[in-house]
Amino acid sequence: MAVKVKIPTQLRSAAGGATEAELEGATVREVLDDLYARFEELGERLSDEDGSLRRFVNVYIGGEDIRFLDGLDTPVQDGAELTILPAVAGG
Amino acid sequence: MAVRNLRCRECGSEYPLEALYVCERCFGPLEVTYDHDHLLSDGGAPDVEGLRRRIQAGPQNIWRYADFLPLVGGPPGPSGRLASRVGLPAGCTPLIRADRLAKRLGLREVWVKNDAANPTHSFKDRVVSVATARARELGFDVIACASTGNLANSVAAHGAALGLESFIFIPADLEEQKILATGVYGCKLVAVKGTYDDVNRLCTELSAERDWAFVNVNLRPYYAEGSKTLAYEIAEQLGWKLPDRCVVPTASGSLFTKIAKGFAEWRELGLVKGELPKMNGAQAQGCAPIADAFAAGHEVCRPVKPDTIAKSLAIGNPADGPYALEEARRSGGSIDSVSDEEIREGIALLAQTTGVFTETAGGVTTAVLAKLARRGDIDPDERVVLVITGEGLKTLDAVRDTFTAHEIEPSVEQFQTLVEQAPDPSRSVAALAAVGG
Repeated sequence: MAVKVKIPTQLRSAAGGATEAELEGATVREVLDDLYARFEELGERLSDEDGSLRRFVNVYIGGEDIRFLDGLDTPVQDGAELTILPAVAGG
Repeated sequence: MAVRNLRCRECGSEYPLEALYVCERCFGPLEVTYDHDHLLSDGGAPDVEGLRRRIQAGPQNIWRYADFLPLVGGPPGPSGRLASRVGLPAGCTPLIRADRLAKRLGLREVWVKNDAANPTHSFKDRVVSVATARARELGFDVIACASTGNLANSVAAHGAALGLESFIFIPADLEEQKILATGVYGCKLVAVKGTYDDVNRLCTELSAERDWAFVNVNLRPYYAEGSKTLAYEIAEQLGWKLPDRCVVPTASGSLFTKIAKGFAEWRELGLVKGELPKMNGAQAQGCAPIADAFAAGHEVCRPVKPDTIAKSLAIGNPADGPYALEEARRSGGSIDSVSDEEIREGIALLAQTTGVFTETAGGVTTAVLAKLARRGDIDPDERVVLVITGEGLKTLDAVRDTFTAHEIEPSVEQFQTLVEQAPDPSRSVAALAAVGG
């Protein structure tokens, strides 16, 4: 599956300045693993030691928070768009 | 100068005092740090009396606490002919002793901090005052926000007061009163088809693309500090004393944690003494990710899709949830939730025992206080502060059809038969002028 990943401003320095990346994977986890394989430093920034996302990292597929789906095991469709954003408090 | 830098609350990485809000290393939130050495006397101990006098000599608004707020250039100066520098002065709202409410709940001492008495009728004027002042220091021309309503009112009004363009993003299904009380200020109002969490996500994406001061996104570290002034005011109004307990409405968890931080800062400086208050957070059952995590013993919150009349608290993905949980547990408090029916009862209880008409969020807070009292969590000797953050006129639907207005002809006979002899007159309002104006 080809998936477009939007890279947030705060992570672009660790991604060679890229604003987005075309990646492969059948689940969110596989897509993120592909992202980390290309930009090793992103893995350290987004993931805990046990491979789960850090607690202030939000990941969306087609605008839906993956925690409402199957988390990192959420399947992704060909051509889907994955967005990584920091959690921001205050309403 | 008191303000030092920005520091990641998770990993401790430090950043300059710019429009930054998230740590590049771990995505944790950035917080403002301070250096209070200049407030200490030569021996290194705080000059408590001098510091209190310095605060008391300050203006009757949040800038009396400028030593603890994140402006580099000190408080905004007086307004000139072409530019209002202070904008809309916020804070110094009443702290009212609520003996009838306390009696009804079987408690000894309850105080109501009525923050509806701010320029746009909610506590948001505190945080927006700080954020817009910092936005001007940083040279921004445009302010913006993602809002559940009260923030929208405040940012739009501050934009008008300061002569700054404003973009306001709200969920499209917001209460009509909050939409009207935003658009009137001449802002660019954007109603997003989705929940607050969708609005927040859009603004987080937009903040990277636009050179604007999103008060609660890229200016968030400065903005959030404004909430500490609620704690300072409560302590000052109680005669430089700490309350035993605070009950606080909780959406993202930011207000809750910053009130606790305000008390802790002042105790560290010796401005107040004794134990820090127990902190009780209040959520609506229809959007209770923090209360649910508290009950389950979890350290993080699972996001929810909100479904509650308390729209100003309808944040399903509370970013400061983990810190609110830590604070509630550390202080010996809790995070509790109440039903929409209890929220309506809470609004009526506060109105009928104190004369303060609050919005749904205040109904949540009052109902949680009642729940804590019923559960026996509150020692009868405690001094409790109920933090009321918003105005009842903004959520009128919550009280619609909760009482009867007797419509009569302007005659004494009709008054006697239709009003005085009507059942349960205590819950009715006589609309004597309803006919013929």
